[in-house]
Amino acid sequence: MEAVLEVENLKKSFGSNNVLRGFTFQLFKGENLVVLGRSGSGKSVLIKCIIGLVRPESGTIKVFGKDIIGMRSSGLDRMRTKVGFLFQNNALYDSMTVRDNLEFPLRRHWIGKSRAEVDALVLEALENVGLPQTVNMMPSELSGGMRKRIGLARTLILKPDIILYDEPTTGLDPITGREISNLILNIQKKYNTSSIIISHDMSCVEITANRIVVLANGICYAEGTYDELKKSTDPLIKQYFE
Amino acid sequence: MNNAILSLQLFLTETAHISRFTGRFFREVFKRNQEFRELLRQAFVIGYKSFPLVGITAFIMGVVLTIQSRPTLAAVGAESWLPAMVSVSIVREIGPILTALICCGKIGSSIGAELGSMKVTEQIDAMEVSGTNPFKYLVVTRVLASTLTLPLLVILADGLALYGCYLGVNIKGVTSVHLFFNHVFQKLSYGDVLPSIIKSIFFGLAIGIVGCYKGYNSNKGTEGVGESANSAVVVSSLLVFVIDLLAVQIADTMGLT
Repeated sequence: MEAVLEVENLKKSFGSNNVLRGFTFQLFKGENLVVLGRSGSGKSVLIKCIIGLVRPESGTIKVFGKDIIGMRSSGLDRMRTKVGFLFQNNALYDSMTVRDNLEFPLRRHWIGKSRAEVDALVLEALENVGLPQTVNMMPSELSGGMRKRIGLARTLILKPDIILYDEPTTGLDPITGREISNLILNIQKKYNTSSIIISHDMSCVEITANRIVVLANGICYAEGTYDELKKSTDPLIKQYFE
Repeated sequence: MNNAILSLQLFLTETAHISRFTGRFFREVFKRNQEFRELLRQAFVIGYKSFPLVGITAFIMGVVLTIQSRPTLAAVGAESWLPAMVSVSIVREIGPILTALICCGKIGSSIGAELGSMKVTEQIDAMEVSGTNPFKYLVVTRVLASTLTLPLLVILADGLALYGCYLGVNIKGVTSVHLFFNHVFQKLSYGDVLPSIIKSIFFGLAIGIVGCYKGYNSNKGTEGVGESANSAVVVSSLLVFVIDLLAVQIADTMGLT
């Protein structure tokens, strides 16, 4: 299988707190990889390193074969057209309408598109998440689940090859959480995207994961499918499935 | 003693960070692909929307200054100097300082709070991951807008304060508009107007930089947002007076006072 993202021996610390101590994994084309770990284990730091928001101390992060550590901002911008990021708290621009939120990523990357083409892209992204009626609403008028969907639509609008989800179901009720998990699955099928999903919501993990990597003590503690890890006798792994 | 050293250390660190932030602003401002639409929007928000407050305050100051100066001048029989004296005070000092202080409160706090809240809700990170340079989009536009609009606000404030002065003069006397402005422009020279405009450019720059710096580096959640807005006003107000002091010294050295 073709690896679209390779992380090797990644190290990051904050003061004396060594969050990542040589984390290594690969993401293959078209797969949903869940990074499972306790709160504060460094999962969010890991994906922020991948998107270039946090600079690791050492290691390599190769996106489509190109190491992004030390890359200039223009190179990072190009990489970010291929890698989308869904923030844990959605990070919608609260002073802009849903339409403006979705158009924002287009400003830089698809200059020269006509108004009709941009409108069509916005509508397509909103239809993908089932919320075309919210186009002129403000983020403050939306529910938590709707905001998550709009955040996902904004991520999808650039049609990225890789999507990084930072705890996509946190703070949502179980029903809405399952809807978001199914949406992640639908997006994978429709666009053949490769995704890294940071989560400790086992319902989301069960629905979305093709493969799971357990992050513990800053390293890749275990790896396998949902069923493989569920059968594990390791006390740390067992805790997640109890 | 330890506290004093710690405070000095903090002050020097903060100064170094603001200097680096300012340096980054000057590097980014000359790069290609500027956000002109956002710059215009910010100029509207910062400049146009501040005008009513600045204008009303300047007008009132013009009237009050004239009424309060009259008795002193009347006592020495120099009442006819009223338009000239008040206009020099307004153009040289009161117009720029008043406008700058109002803008410290209105613009500095709003920039600090807006960027601070964007920072703690990860909206700035979201801009970065969507391939937009947030520094250029948020900081460069706001700093440029405040730098460019503040001198315009000062000119408008001066005009309204002079009109207030004209009305003040006419409360206890009769002076035609023509005669009033004849007195004013006889006394005013480029040496009064130019330094005042130049220093107001620096006031605008300081207000924009401090507001953006405080907001852009905000942390500690909602408490941090409040802190950013508050310290943006405090630091920029202080900087306005420091710049004013330097401007007076420089103008004096150049023989413009």
